[in-house]
Amino acid sequence: MSSGGLGTACYGLTKGLSNQEVEVSFVLPYAADDMQAEYVHLISANRIKGMKVVGINSLLSAYTTSSHYQTTLMKFNKNSPRRKLYGSDLYEEVYRFSVKAGVIAQREDFDVIHCHDWLTFQAGIKAKEVSGKPLVIHVHATEFDRTGGNVNQQVYDIERGGMHAADLIIAVSGFTKSKIIEHYGIHPDKVIVVHNAVDLVYHDDDFHIDKQDKIVLFLGRITLQKGPDYFLEAARKCLEVDPHIRFVIAGEGDMEGYIIEKAAEMGIADRVLFAGFVSGKDLDRMYQMADVYVMPSVSEPFGITPLESMKNGTPVIISKQSGVSEVISHCLKTDFWDINALSDKILAVLRHEELRNELVHHGSIEIQKFTWNEPARKCVEVYQRAIGKVA
Amino acid sequence: MVSLCFYFQVHQPYRLNQYSVFDIGRHSNYFFDQKNKEIMHKVAGKCYLPTNKLLLKLLRDNPEFKISYSFSGTVLDQFEEYAPDVLRSFQDLVDTGQVEVLDETYYHSLSFLYSKQEFKDQVNLHRRKVKSLFSYVPKIFRNTELIYNNELAKTIEDMGYNGILAEGADHVLGWRSPNFLYRPATCSNIKLMLKNYKLSDDIAFRFSNKGWEEHPLTAPKYAQWINAVNGNGNIINLFMDYETFGEHQWEDTGIFNFLEHMPSEVLKHPDNDFVTPSEAAARYEAVSDLDIHNLISWADIERDLSAWLGNNMQKSSLGKIYEIEEQVKKTGDSTLMEDWRKLQTSDHFYYMCTKWFADGDVHKYFNPYDSPYDSFIAFMNVLSDMRQRIGNHEDAMKGLLKREEETKGEKGSAPQQPDLSPSREITVS
Repeated sequence: MSSGGLGTACYGLTKGLSNQEVEVSFVLPYAADDMQAEYVHLISANRIKGMKVVGINSLLSAYTTSSHYQTTLMKFNKNSPRRKLYGSDLYEEVYRFSVKAGVIAQREDFDVIHCHDWLTFQAGIKAKEVSGKPLVIHVHATEFDRTGGNVNQQVYDIERGGMHAADLIIAVSGFTKSKIIEHYGIHPDKVIVVHNAVDLVYHDDDFHIDKQDKIVLFLGRITLQKGPDYFLEAARKCLEVDPHIRFVIAGEGDMEGYIIEKAAEMGIADRVLFAGFVSGKDLDRMYQMADVYVMPSVSEPFGITPLESMKNGTPVIISKQSGVSEVISHCLKTDFWDINALSDKILAVLRHEELRNELVHHGSIEIQKFTWNEPARKCVEVYQRAIGKVA
Repeated sequence: MVSLCFYFQVHQPYRLNQYSVFDIGRHSNYFFDQKNKEIMHKVAGKCYLPTNKLLLKLLRDNPEFKISYSFSGTVLDQFEEYAPDVLRSFQDLVDTGQVEVLDETYYHSLSFLYSKQEFKDQVNLHRRKVKSLFSYVPKIFRNTELIYNNELAKTIEDMGYNGILAEGADHVLGWRSPNFLYRPATCSNIKLMLKNYKLSDDIAFRFSNKGWEEHPLTAPKYAQWINAVNGNGNIINLFMDYETFGEHQWEDTGIFNFLEHMPSEVLKHPDNDFVTPSEAAARYEAVSDLDIHNLISWADIERDLSAWLGNNMQKSSLGKIYEIEEQVKKTGDSTLMEDWRKLQTSDHFYYMCTKWFADGDVHKYFNPYDSPYDSFIAFMNVLSDMRQRIGNHEDAMKGLLKREEETKGEKGSAPQQPDLSPSREITVS
């Protein structure tokens, strides 16, 4: 799965729903030469029972931004038919996608519409209009999480419109539910919290590396939301105490250049390594290689990566500003802005074997309760409530 | 004849700051003074002051009513520092002559498990403290969290005590009843008093539990249960945390109302009375020997040491604190010594318990940390700083010896002033 948390969650949830005897028709933006192809391929390759994929030729992709969309669009020749097919900007494309989704909704037979994040909210509204079926909106992140408060008005309006049009809203955490209530004016009764889970498939991989230095891992998009700058500040503080630690940043994002430069400016460039985008087997290996995983997110609606890390036997330090901190106990928690506390905890895990072992031992037991069957079961309850509402 | 023997535990630890790795070597203010003061005032207002007031009235109204307390040294110090009015109200209670004070380790520590010398030192310190505050020399001993075994009983007997308290744990009693006095297998004089955990926990834990079939518990109902023991035992030992009254069980549960009516209800039966532990030890003979080889305690359902020694963080931090005993004592630095002893308080290790952590439970009570892991981190950082302080002393001492050697060698030259200042100033916390 290569599209980060959103894709991981949708994939896991679909598998869980399949176990609940729910048939899912996946309506996806689908451009043949795009990354999304891999996603569709993955889903069909895994042959989830009752699962069907309906592609819409579109340039939309998870986590896309206005400028990213423009870059993708400009790759086509000005007069090419595909350039003409797609919307001239992101918002036009989102609208175009919704119209196409409306056509599909007329043709397909289904009971509930379930949309994930703002790019598809308009499509969900359209589908509801043409079919009269209930709309459930699943909020994996809000514009407030992504931007740290500097919201894009157009995105916000689409999010707000989707939430108000929805019959019920699923939030990935209590943390996100409160954002929905506070910033989007939604009544609390309409929002149901369904925490994410983790795929507990263990790969039989005889992975082992020889390393001399302890490794502290950051893994996620290198964007404001994920707090890579706080990670770097903590790295500097830790290195003052122990210069033999390595800090690995795995991921891509719009802050990547800034973070690389900043590491150099701090004089710790030789201790901070950039691993780029990591997926598949390498993801598990990355966690296994690390001595501690840090998720210093400024605003994390859920955060599946700490669960993945715990699954791989690596202890985690997470920011309290996250949904996952509501559901796990056997980890270390800190405010994302508290560099001192974060560094203190990193050093403690690296120094005290007994602390590390205790975290790993209890963490591996705790993680067992996070299978996708549970959120899928809750989703089915939400569907039934939504159907009852419309009927 | 059945005698009721109440013992209340009064204790507060010196909780630690979230002392970070970056504080090591910079300052040695380990203790969370503000929080400790806050908690003291809160508990004083909800429990200590109102309960003391009520009990003083009950003792005056019923000359046959008797109770006993064990105060940790750390709570007595905090009374003096933060709540002298609470201390005075306890002194008033003791002055009635119907209240006995027991001995324990000054720092409410697990020292018995690690260092017999330190254990004895702390018991002696406690005895002196009780004498100075209450003009009273205790004759009965209870160990931290009722941790007990044969060996402890022997040590305590040798120190001159008449009695010792322990948990009436099923797995050591078997078919026997806690409602008699016993003789520890290793002893010849001292008497062992066992907690009747059922009747104790009816008040301490179940009182406000609405799901309990006996809820609500009234004084007449409780007195009936006491009467039922008549003929099957000599004594009912009701041992509990004093914070039961008003703090674990809030005022609105009716706990004070229960307490107010309980003595008169119990005394309605002519065969019932109240005793202090010393009176019990003098009045009743031990019915048999009791052999308790393995350590027991009054904690959790296991009644063992797993609440303080259940995981490796606890074992390691506890082991390390006693590893430095000799070094700390050698420095002769009384501030360092006191800090070291405050770190021995069992609560620090209780906070590190991961047993039921995910479920969130009683271990949370007055716990200043978000998680057992955080408490371990702070503790280990403090320990590192303490090691540095010891190192500074040792360096200073070495420097002094070296210069003495040198001056001896150079007889002709002017005597040099030895540099006694440690490389870092020792801050008084």
